[in-house]
Amino acid sequence: MLSNILIAISITLMYSAPLTLAAIGGVISEKCGVVNIGIEGMMSIGALAGATVGYFTGNAWLGLLCAGISGGLLALLHAIASINFRADQTVSGLAINLIGPGLAIFLSKYFFDGAALSLPVPSKLPKIINTKLLQDTKFANFNIDISVILALIIVLLTWFIMYKTKWGLRVRATGEHPAAVDTLGVSVYKIRYFCVIISGILAGLGGGTVTLAIISQFTPTAISGQGFIALAAVIFGKWRPFGAYFACLLFGFSQALVVILGGGEINISSSILAMIPYVLTIIVLILFVGRSSAPKASGIPYEKGSR
Amino acid sequence: MENIEISDKFAVQMRGITKIFNNHRALDFVNLDVKKGETHAILGENGAGKSTLMNILYGIYGADSGEIFINGRPVDIKNPSVAINHGIGMVHQHFMLIEKFSVMQNIILGNETTDKFGVINTRKARKKVQEIISKYNMNIDLKKKVRNISVGTQQKVEILKALYRGAEILILDEPTAVLTPYEIEELMNIIKNLKQDNKTVIIITHKLKEIKKSSETCTIIRKGKFIDRVDVIGQTEQNLAQKMVGREVKLQVNKTPAKPGEKIFEIQNINVLCDRNLKTVKNLSLELRKGEIYGLAGIEGNGQKELLEAIIGTRKVESGKIIMNNSEIQNTSTRNVLDHKISVIHEDRHKNSCVLSMSVADNMILTKYSKKPFCVNNMLNYEERDKFTEKLIQDYDIRPSNCKNQKIRNLSGGNQQKLIIAREISNDPDLLIAVQPTRGLDVGAIEYVHKILIKLRDQNKAILLISLELDEILDISDRIGVIYDGSIVGEFSQEMANENNIGLLMAGGKTNEAQDN
Repeated sequence: MLSNILIAISITLMYSAPLTLAAIGGVISEKCGVVNIGIEGMMSIGALAGATVGYFTGNAWLGLLCAGISGGLLALLHAIASINFRADQTVSGLAINLIGPGLAIFLSKYFFDGAALSLPVPSKLPKIINTKLLQDTKFANFNIDISVILALIIVLLTWFIMYKTKWGLRVRATGEHPAAVDTLGVSVYKIRYFCVIISGILAGLGGGTVTLAIISQFTPTAISGQGFIALAAVIFGKWRPFGAYFACLLFGFSQALVVILGGGEINISSSILAMIPYVLTIIVLILFVGRSSAPKASGIPYEKGSR
Repeated sequence: MENIEISDKFAVQMRGITKIFNNHRALDFVNLDVKKGETHAILGENGAGKSTLMNILYGIYGADSGEIFINGRPVDIKNPSVAINHGIGMVHQHFMLIEKFSVMQNIILGNETTDKFGVINTRKARKKVQEIISKYNMNIDLKKKVRNISVGTQQKVEILKALYRGAEILILDEPTAVLTPYEIEELMNIIKNLKQDNKTVIIITHKLKEIKKSSETCTIIRKGKFIDRVDVIGQTEQNLAQKMVGREVKLQVNKTPAKPGEKIFEIQNINVLCDRNLKTVKNLSLELRKGEIYGLAGIEGNGQKELLEAIIGTRKVESGKIIMNNSEIQNTSTRNVLDHKISVIHEDRHKNSCVLSMSVADNMILTKYSKKPFCVNNMLNYEERDKFTEKLIQDYDIRPSNCKNQKIRNLSGGNQQKLIIAREISNDPDLLIAVQPTRGLDVGAIEYVHKILIKLRDQNKAILLISLELDEILDISDRIGVIYDGSIVGEFSQEMANENNIGLLMAGGKTNEAQDN
């Protein structure tokens, strides 16, 4: 029993880490007033970059770094389109979601001799609880990925910056009433660029942790909906870092359920089990949707001097 | 008018400012001279370019040509940041406040007092803000969220924002448009205090009364052109109005006594809830007769909005009756209400009265598109629509006269309002409900709207005028009711009503006190 619970906790945390990183990215972007539905695409490219660099350099950390950068670069496209050219943010994000996975598979074929999946990375990101030490104890099944800690740090840091510092105040103000920020002599464009790129970096890191901490290689289905689940977590978490974090834990738990029930005594078709996280997402969205706590100017391009 | 030299006696001087928006000269070689420490008004009709001129001074727009001098020195105000550094502060007509933030957060935003790592030090900032608050004798709770404070207080927050940044020159854009009479008084006191502190104040307005009350000098702009710079003392309101509009205007409304006929509309003890499920209209009763204008005076938020929505069927009536022409219409559909010959001129014409992205002609038939002759067998008849539109454009002098196929968005506010009034009156209503029908209109257009309402009354129609502008209520109503906290707390005939007794009831005073006045 205990070991089952420990496995559940381990898996929940492991699966929630990439969701958390991506969701915090979503929170930051929405807080400054730019809707980023392109998170899925940014995660895909991050997953590919992480696995590829991890494979060729043998260094998972370098892989993770490149995952972040690649996500940030894709986010730059979104920023240019939606901030400078005032494109519809949903359309721009949708384009990112089409480009991301397509580009990832294309690059995978380029680097891995026409294969849509990468070769396994030689070393994954480390786990912080050494399983060897616990091998003979009841805690043998308990381990925590470094990515889990990384996600938690990002949550704490984002909360601190958002609610305690002047930069956070400005970001939140930009998402509520950009014209007010502009008339106080603060650049709306700079804040939005910065936040959208950070958002992409976090989504890229999220993708990278999937391939570097969970499955150790890139596959076309490595990122299959996590970006959208992260978006749901942003809404469920009422656009707050901790809210999003707890939402991600819930979604992570639903993925843990898939694993645990799949390996259990009960005979349920794995196809049905695999649906759990997505069904849960829909249920959560139906029950908790409502834009009352969304930043007011989210999704609306800002035009200087417009009334 | 002689050319004033550039000198350091002037806080602001603007020379030959020109600004072109889409081939339209919003400002055409405009000059402005504001002495240090004086209160200067910029007078002009809506769309004359007053706000544009001030937005250029504050760095929101760049001028296409012209020069700006602050304290006699030429400056290049590229953005608001530069303006703030030159000691310019601006209170915009639509407040630039973040509703979810506290008053304090709104004030310090962009100019935060911080410790290490950019962590905001609220205590330090509060001390600084409190000093300003007590200096100017404002009464503001810094911890409250902006969405929970009154509009008048929000304006004070905006003024505080500017003073916190060390503003020496304060621009107020239509500052009284949203205020109650009492709040206007308070604002005038704040302006006085600012003057005593040797601050320069620039007020944008089209209200003549306030210029006389607040300002020493005045620049008049008409259609983007500089008209005159005058000392306010020695000018009559009539004079100023004439310079502003460019023709003679009547400030007083001429009307004959009403000849009320039979009762046509009645509200009996209705109760209505607001969005937050609180009882907002409480046991309210009123009746209207044919051939009279009933003015409903009151401060915003005393149930006017809910009352209107209850009448037109977009909000549930909890109890009570609304009777039009002997039939009960409460809790039926809006279409049913309109079919009982009730028409409405809404307060927010952009939100409730027209579709901005549709053409003038389409907007013209918005309340009757489904009826003959505009619609036959579910097909729209464009010919009829166009004929009808052309006729109303001519009858009501809507400009430009060839605007039929233009988007209504491109019309000026006054002409949009004319269109809406034309449309509603063409429905031949027995009851016209006019909510703030002159909101945001200039003197010329206001005169026109009032004339039409009175003309309609003389055709034996009933008019319910709901307005926050006390002057408007007093000028054109035959009977006046005061709404306070969801009930009618007093009714007066026009002769008995004055600013004092109505104003007192609006603020929650007792009826007998009001009658003593």
